[in-house]
Amino acid sequence: MVRAVNPDYTPHHPKWYRRRIPIFWWIRKRAYVKFIARELTSPFVAYAAALLLMQVWALARGGAAYARFLAWLQLGPVLIWHGALLIILLFHTVTWLNLAPKAIVLHVRGRRIPDAAVVAGHYAAWLAVSTFLVWLLVRGW
Amino acid sequence: MAESITIEVQRYRPEEQSQPSWQTYEVPFQPEWMVLDALNYIKDNLDGTLSYRWSCRMGVCGSCGMMVNGEPVLTCAAYLKGFTPGPIRVEPLTGFPVIRDLIGDMSDFLEKLSRVSPWIMREEEPPLSKGEHLQTPEQLAEYKGYSMCINCMLCYAACPIYELEPGFIGPAAIALAQRYNLDSRDQGAAERMKTLSDAEGIWACTFVGECSTVCPKNVDPAGAIQRYKLAATVDHFKSMVLPWSER
Repeated sequence: MVRAVNPDYTPHHPKWYRRRIPIFWWIRKRAYVKFIARELTSPFVAYAAALLLMQVWALARGGAAYARFLAWLQLGPVLIWHGALLIILLFHTVTWLNLAPKAIVLHVRGRRIPDAAVVAGHYAAWLAVSTFLVWLLVRGW
Repeated sequence: MAESITIEVQRYRPEEQSQPSWQTYEVPFQPEWMVLDALNYIKDNLDGTLSYRWSCRMGVCGSCGMMVNGEPVLTCAAYLKGFTPGPIRVEPLTGFPVIRDLIGDMSDFLEKLSRVSPWIMREEEPPLSKGEHLQTPEQLAEYKGYSMCINCMLCYAACPIYELEPGFIGPAAIALAQRYNLDSRDQGAAERMKTLSDAEGIWACTFVGECSTVCPKNVDPAGAIQRYKLAATVDHFKSMVLPWSER
């Protein structure tokens, strides 16, 4: 049998093969897609934070400026966009909070607090802050 | 039940080819066989030129890690029946340069592992007359999980960052550093932090989390890295607020 010969090969010298990483490496696995989706939602979190700051800024400029800002928020396209934003933010928040026990390892009297309790603590804090904000918005001034 | 199953193996023989190719083998299907048994059958009966690593055949030595149908697994712990009806695609672990067939070059990992000083470091050693370093079960539990690493490299193959950023120290090396940092007998955490807190250390990790998912020993390297990030951040702020205090 005639064997093929690689002309670039030098006898007794290693010649490694290094694969080229495909651009769409992240669609190979569901976990990678989820990771990329979580990363891509980060700019939207920044947008939501900037939106909140703009709201405070509008409030600081007086009643008329704040009314204009609220009117802009109530425009149809803005409502649809912010509805989509809410879903994106919920995805980011849930996937992020579920990861919390990986980083936070707490002990009470020498015993490690279970991961589920760390996650529950984060959700409880999220719920408390959200409830407070809703109460603040609903009660009016 | 099928009498045979098809195994597609990635072949790379550098003296003959510049790119890998696929070779197909039919092996008898035995429900109690692992993928490694099928490879051994090929080696012994069909093609003696097939090259791969293996040793203990019981999930301890960590040498038979390969990509099976795109997932990094220990082939000695992956039943053939888990991949029926086949074909089963076997490739070398991703992220490592291939030397031959299913054998990757692990030199990069070994160099990085030595950089994190994976041994107990002491500032001063008490005399032997003081007796051994005692540890409570709680102190042992702190690091024991991380000490189960068998250096099988599945976590590196699952980590896209290691392949994209070859400088990244990687999951197993950081988990092993954490194994010693959390050991009550060790005093080298500050020394290791110098290596691990730079851009190629913990901060290169973007928390994909697959390293922990594929780990056959439940070592949880992703958790180790995130804990390290938290510790490094706390350390940084402590040094800003209390610059005179010892870290």
